[in-house]
Formats: sequence, C-alpha cells, structure tokens
Amino acid sequence: MDKYHIDPSKGLEFGIYTLGDHLPDPRTGERISAEQRLHEIIEYAKIAEQAGVDFFSIGESHQEFFATQAHAVVLSAIAQATSKMRIGSSSTIISTSDPVRVYENFATLDLISKGRAEIIAGRASRVGLFDLLGYNLRDYEELFEEKFELLLKINEEEVVNWSGEYRAPLRNAKVLPRPVDGSLPIWRAVGGTPTSAIKAGYAGVPMFMAHLGGPATVFKRTIDAYREAARRNGFDPSELPVATAGFFYAADTTQQALSEYYPHINEGMKRTNGQGFPKQHFAQGADPHNIMNVGSPQEIIEKILYQHELFGHQRYIAQIDFGGVPFDKLQKNIEIIGTEIIPAIKKYTAKK
Amino acid sequence: MKIVGLSGSIMGTKTRTAMDYAIKTLTEKFPDAEVTLIDLADYDLQFSDGRNYLEYEGDTGYVTQTIMAADALIIGTPIFQASIPATLKNIFDLLPVDAFLDKVVSILVTAGSSKHYLIAEQQLKPILAYMKAQIVQTYVFIEEKDFHRKEIINDDVLFRIQRLVEDTVVLTETFTKIREAKEAEYGF
Repeated sequence: MDKYHIDPSKGLEFGIYTLGDHLPDPRTGERISAEQRLHEIIEYAKIAEQAGVDFFSIGESHQEFFATQAHAVVLSAIAQATSKMRIGSSSTIISTSDPVRVYENFATLDLISKGRAEIIAGRASRVGLFDLLGYNLRDYEELFEEKFELLLKINEEEVVNWSGEYRAPLRNAKVLPRPVDGSLPIWRAVGGTPTSAIKAGYAGVPMFMAHLGGPATVFKRTIDAYREAARRNGFDPSELPVATAGFFYAADTTQQALSEYYPHINEGMKRTNGQGFPKQHFAQGADPHNIMNVGSPQEIIEKILYQHELFGHQRYIAQIDFGGVPFDKLQKNIEIIGTEIIPAIKKYTAKK
Repeated sequence: MKIVGLSGSIMGTKTRTAMDYAIKTLTEKFPDAEVTLIDLADYDLQFSDGRNYLEYEGDTGYVTQTIMAADALIIGTPIFQASIPATLKNIFDLLPVDAFLDKVVSILVTAGSSKHYLIAEQQLKPILAYMKAQIVQTYVFIEEKDFHRKEIINDDVLFRIQRLVEDTVVLTETFTKIREAKEAEYGF
C-alpha cells in the first residue's frame, strides 16, 4: 500500500468528494454564482483538512449545472489552501482528454502540493462531453481503455514509447515534470457493477467505487470480483487499495438527516440525470445495512464500521454537497465528521 | 395529470385510428388531464446509442422527454412478425431502465390475426414490468375485422377502449394517492 501512500495500520481513511455540481438549493430555488461555488469548494477543502479528513477530490462534468470542468485548476487552488490532506480527481475523464496533458497537470499539482496528488480516471456517466470535445460516442469503451493504459505507462516510465489508435504515437517521449515520488497513485473509477471492477483488477490498479444506495452486500460482490480478477492476473489484492464513495449526511437524528438531505438529492438528480431519487429507496437508506451513510452520527459510525468489516476497504469517501446543500450545512457536517465520526472510525479500525 | 398516448408504429393506420379514439375519449371524459399524442410516424427518431435520455436532440429528445414527464402512458401497438414493432422497442431502449417508475401504463393492440392475442402479454408486459410500470392488466386487443377505412366499426371495441381509458385514469389517481400517503408516512 506504500506505493499509494496508504498506511492501513492507521485505520480506515476518511475522504470527501464533490462532483463540482452547481445546482440551486431546492429550499430557496436560488443558485449561487459559479464564482461563489468555486470559492466555497476551496473553503470546504480547507475546513475538511482542519477536521482531519485524509483526502479531498473533485470531478469534472461538462454539462449544465456543473462548475468544475477545469477540475485540475480548482485542485491547484486547493493545493495552495491546504497542507496535509491528499487531493485528487473524482473523476478525470481520461477518454476525452490527452493522457500526456492530464499527467503534466497532475504531476505539477503533485509538486505544488508537495507530493499529495492522485488521479482517479473514469469514463463519464453523461456523455455530452464527447460532442463538446470532438469524440465519437461509439468509441466510449476503447477510448477509455487505451488512454487509461497510456496514462499508467506514463506514470511508470520516464521515457515513453507508445502507439495506439486514438492518439499520435510517442517516440522516446519524456513527460515532464515528474511527481515528487516518481509516480502518482492512479485509481480506476468504477460504478456499482462488477464489469469495470474486473477490468481494474486485471490491470492491478486501485479501485474507486462510487455507489448510490442499496444493500452493502451487493457492492461486496463488486469488490470481490475486483480482487479475484487482480489475483488471477498475478497481482496481490492485499497491496491494492479500495475506496468506496457515496452519499453522506449527518444530523442530530436520522429523520432530520433524511429530511434535510432528500430534497437536494432528489431535485439535483432530476436536473443532472433526468430522474429523481425515489423516496422509498431513500427511506431504505437509513437501514444499518444500506450503503448510504445518512443518519445520526452514531448510526453513521456503525454503518461505516459495518461496511469496513464487509469490504476491508482502505478509504471511505463522502459526498455531502450534492444538489445545492448550503455551506452552513456543509460546515455542520464537517464539524460532526471531525469531532465524532473520524475519531470513532480511526479508533476502531487502526491496528495498534 | 399528464397522459401521453404513444402510437408505436410508423406504418399503417389502424393503431393510430384506435389511439385517436382513445385520446378523444380521454379529452372528453377527463378535460382536466393534460394529454399529448405522440405518433411515431410524425417523428424522425434515431436509434438508441445508450446515452442519457436528456442528451438526445431534436425529435428523439422531444419524444423521450415528453414520455419521461408523463404520469401515465397509453401505448398503442400493432403486431409485426409476431412481436412489437422495432420502432416501439427503440422507444424503450432510448429510456432509462426504471423509466416507468411511478407511471401507469396501459396497452391497446391492433393485429391482423387473433393468433397474436398473447403477444402483448408475453412480450410487451415483461418489458413494462422490467421498467417498473404500474400496468393496467387488461388490454384492448383489436383485430383487422373491427376496422373499416380508418373507423372502428365494432361497438364492443369502442366500449373496451372507453374502459381502458377510464382504468388508466383511475389507476393513475389511485397510485398517486397511495404513493403520496406512503411518502408522507416517511416523514421527510
């Protein structure tokens, strides 16, 4: 795990991620400016670090209702505003980017942040960016596979010789600058299904698994499939970190958490995905065996520990800010995370 | 209540004739309902390529978004080669997996042979159920002999369409009320 800067003896890491969505607060119907949203994301990262959060990441989405299309630039501002916590992308859509440019950006980010940068590469769930950036949607899978492979190669080799179908060949190419430790942690972003988890396993790369709701045991199958694929291809799964990422919202009581958070998720998903989150499914999110971490601090602690026992993962990453959650509520959540949740989780998962 | 009538084929007239009657009944009996008829013959739709339904443009975007915004759907379909037409299947392929969650869907079938009676039962209903529709169980099956030159000439068919329309509205109202009551119980 050293290669990925993860020390399992310190217990489960706690991270925060944002998609960089820029949505109205459904309670007021108001939407803050993109400028304010970006500054709040940077501030969010600062208070997260002060609360003891281990990792903070930002995604790119090239469509209406998002503000962090240039996510590497925002991460660079966060690198300046913080000093300890690791920072990364969640995710970088490598399919529609040039891996050389992505690597240059993140290696630079690594130098600015003094060795804290990570890349999580994904395929995009919405595909408008294929038109915007000039790619053919029919190449959806192959574009990712080929460019992800190249990204990994650039990470491993200082001088790259490569040729492929979707980018001009590289001949004795030096991709500079190099990161602090010579290489960056590069994860593969995986939705809930085993198919791309298996691909991550075959490649022997860490897996960042995002999820909405549902029984945690269903996602256990995805993690098992990942580790099995890694083992079959000669990698040691115990050396490969797994991160899980999904909805998180803490309030004094479960009922209050559900009721404060639901309109943001439901209205936000309607706008970004065209379908709301069914209330019945959200209500089930409160179940101790549901993977959605919404509830009172104590319930969330128990859920995260249950998930840790089930998954044996190294990092849990909370998505709190989706759908125009106002900043004071984010502050309140960070306070609960810092004072109650992280201390309890570390206490029970650290190996002493 | 938003109700969309979907005439699922781009060839022939019988499904459209039956759908016209259903829409006429609907607007007469339930003037408060917001009714839209989509006859696929009037639109130029692309095949599904797997993208989110919001990302289709032109006619395809209009049709998918209109269907997704509906509370209820009355689907009219002919039977081609012992199955539903490809044009109708494409509509399902264009939509998300649980597109019909919290929607009521009813069916009206036109066919050249009585031997096709179970096709809606065996091929269309499983698709609707997979996509989470509340299905109006009884569908109207109309044969060639019930039509004459763009008119339905069998009173029994007209009565059955009237009942189908009424059942669609009643079930939509009922499910909406039940869902609202259930959601209120969650307390958030």
